[in-house]
Amino acid sequence: MQWFDRSRAWFGVILLLVCGGVVIFTELVKSGRNLHIREIAGLKAIEEAVGRATEMGRPCLFVPGLQDMNEIPTVAGISVLSHVARIAAEYDATIEVPTSRSLVMTAARETVQAAYFSAGRADAYSDDRIYYVTEEQFPYVAYLTGYMVREKPAACFYAGTFFAESLILAETGNSIGAIQIAGTSEASQLPFFVAACDYTLIGEELFAASAYLSHEPHQLGSLKGQDAGKLLAAVLLAAGSLIATAAALMPNSHALAMALHFLKDNLLGKGGPG
Amino acid sequence: MKSNIPWLIAAVTGCTMIVAWFVPVAKDWRDEAGTWYEILAAIAFVLGGANLFTQHLQKISARRAGWGYSAVTLVAFVGTLVVGLLKVGVIPDDPNYPWSGYHQEEGSALWWLFYYVYNPLTAAMFALLAFYVASAAFRAFRVKNAEATLLLSTAFIVLLGRTYAGAWLTSPVPDEYSALTFPGLTAIILGVFNTAGQRAIMIGIALGVAATSLKVLLGVDRSYLGSD
Repeated sequence: MQWFDRSRAWFGVILLLVCGGVVIFTELVKSGRNLHIREIAGLKAIEEAVGRATEMGRPCLFVPGLQDMNEIPTVAGISVLSHVARIAAEYDATIEVPTSRSLVMTAARETVQAAYFSAGRADAYSDDRIYYVTEEQFPYVAYLTGYMVREKPAACFYAGTFFAESLILAETGNSIGAIQIAGTSEASQLPFFVAACDYTLIGEELFAASAYLSHEPHQLGSLKGQDAGKLLAAVLLAAGSLIATAAALMPNSHALAMALHFLKDNLLGKGGPG
Repeated sequence: MKSNIPWLIAAVTGCTMIVAWFVPVAKDWRDEAGTWYEILAAIAFVLGGANLFTQHLQKISARRAGWGYSAVTLVAFVGTLVVGLLKVGVIPDDPNYPWSGYHQEEGSALWWLFYYVYNPLTAAMFALLAFYVASAAFRAFRVKNAEATLLLSTAFIVLLGRTYAGAWLTSPVPDEYSALTFPGLTAIILGVFNTAGQRAIMIGIALGVAATSLKVLLGVDRSYLGSD
């Protein structure tokens, strides 16, 4: 009986370093240490977008993507929804959330209701604006684009996981003149959102949204922890590039070949502790 | 209490998944957690269907704008459900068991609906993407500043490099300078610059997922759970 998979030992070490970094920085911030967090234009623009929708008397559309609540980008998207809903409640704007998963609908209802409650507008909340459409990709897109063309929302938010539908949604939103803010963890869809939306949260910015918007110290610490992870990745990248280049220039060096093997097959591969 | 119990379930299940990744004997726990999620998702599916039904029924009964679309949706929903549940047009595998036979068997009503109604409709929706790509490219590639010019030039090379015309136009270039042909330049752009950029974004995303997962497990971020 194997109690520990040794081939994943280094992965465990890296995971502990990244998670440890997040926990340490969270504790540091909680103890009062100041942090500089760069501005994220897409998140700053949320208030402007909701304000514009309020002035125009049109709804805000929030699309939480195609995946279910077991996917972290959807959880990150729902955290953004919490903030958008709170501003919408404060401004008395209408927010529409069509979902492609029933569990996302349930989570979105709880989140929006909580946001209305915290804004002191519990009476203005209605379940009818957050509903299930379909789990199928293109029927969902057909509904959303139809809704956009008919109701002409003044602000469209896309936060979660998107695939081929990203450009159809963003272009339709662009054609009706809506201010659009998008965020996705799908790197292949980012160019489409960048081309058609006013603001795009690129990759990690979607995951930083919750911490950035909440301004809670214990959440902001996690962003610095991510930076520590990036530093580790950069060090590994630089070391890997240097060792690989040196190994290519000196093919007879056994030490360099071993170092490269250790880096590729043990540290970043499945070769175990070596 | 309302957010504590869901958080506790999420934390215990998440920790189980992490432990099962490193400890092979705990693999069964991971499968068990996956099964529970499937059960929950199946129940939620019924919830979604019920929500769809009530929402459109309300729209029709109130004669709200667009109620005709709701009627079409409900007819399609109920029709597909009935046809699938009753296995209309399915020839039984065993004559002694009239309900035997695969519900999506070729020639059945559900199969017909899938191939002759659903498939063409989704294909048409997907095909629209070509026009959206064209309109987005037209806007993105307009030469407004240095960055847009660079984008346009790169797109021009990649588009040409992916077609026969690109290879034909640079065919006189000797083989030792093949990197300077349109297909060669395309390979460099996609393999070096594009991959480097994509990997940087992917590293950021992976770290973001790890940090968000940790916040969910520790209960630091509960905004997705609503209020207590």
